[in-house]
Amino acid sequence: MASSAAVPFWRAAGMTYITYSNICANLVRKCLKEPFKAESMNREKVHFSLSKWADGKPQKPVLRSDAPEVSDF
Amino acid sequence: MLRQASRLLSRSVAAGTSKSATARGFSTEVPSTIDSTFVESWKKVAPNMDPPQTPSSFMKPRPSTASSIPTKLTVNFVLPYASELSGKEVDMVIIPATTGQMGVLPGHVPTIAELKPGIMSVHEGTDVNKYFVSSGFAFLHANSVADIIAVEAVPLENIDASQVQKGLAEFTQKLAAASTDLEKAEAQIGVEVHSAMNAALTG
Repeated sequence: MASSAAVPFWRAAGMTYITYSNICANLVRKCLKEPFKAESMNREKVHFSLSKWADGKPQKPVLRSDAPEVSDF
Repeated sequence: MLRQASRLLSRSVAAGTSKSATARGFSTEVPSTIDSTFVESWKKVAPNMDPPQTPSSFMKPRPSTASSIPTKLTVNFVLPYASELSGKEVDMVIIPATTGQMGVLPGHVPTIAELKPGIMSVHEGTDVNKYFVSSGFAFLHANSVADIIAVEAVPLENIDASQVQKGLAEFTQKLAAASTDLEKAEAQIGVEVHSAMNAALTG
C-alpha cells in the first residue's frame, strides 16, 4: 500500500505531533500578558533523570531539572 | 492437570474464534454478551473454574445515541492542567480545525478533528466565550457530546498584541534565513501561530 495523504510540513521535516504541539503551546505562552505569563511558565518546568543502559548496567544519568534548589535552613 | 487444561483450552479456543472472527462487525458493535462457544469449551475442560473475564466486560456500555437530535450540545473542554468546561450544555461551538473553522451543532456527525492554532468560540444563547487554542483535538460523538482537548487555551484578553507583532517579525525573518528542514519547520510553526494570534486579536 503506497502512502496516501499529504503529510503536514512538520511531519515531513521529521518532527512528531507532540513536539509540534508543545512548540505551539510554548509560543502562545510567551505572548501572554503578565501575570498570566509567569503562571504559565510554571507549566513548562520539567524534572527528569535519563540514563542509558549498557551491558545490563545503567550509565551516568543525565538530570534535567527546572525545580528550584531546596535549601536547608 | 491444569497444564493439560491450558493446552486443551487453546485448541478449543482456536477452533471457536476462527468461526466467530469472520462474522464480526465493527468492534464497537460487538455485544457485551460472552461468546457462548468459548464458554462451553471452557466448561468441558475446567468445569469448576469461572471462564476468564475479558476487558470489554469491565467497560461501561457505550452511551446510546438518542433517536431524536438533542437540543443542546454537551461540551467537555479540557487542558492538561485544568478542566475549562465540564459537561456544559451549549447551543454551538466553533472550533478551529485544520480544515477550517468548523461549527458544531447538536446532532453533528461523529468526527475527530485535529485543531490548528486559532479561536474556539462557545455560543450559549446570546453569550459567546472565545478562547485562543494553541493546538489539540476535538472528538464529536454521536450522542451530541463534544470532547475538546488542547494544550493551551487562553481568553483573548490575555494575549499581548505587541509581543505577537514582535514574534511574527522574528519568525518571518527566521523563516527566510533557515537552512535545515527542521529549522524551516520550526520557523514556519512560529509564523503560523503568531499570524493566527494576530488575526484573532484584530479580527
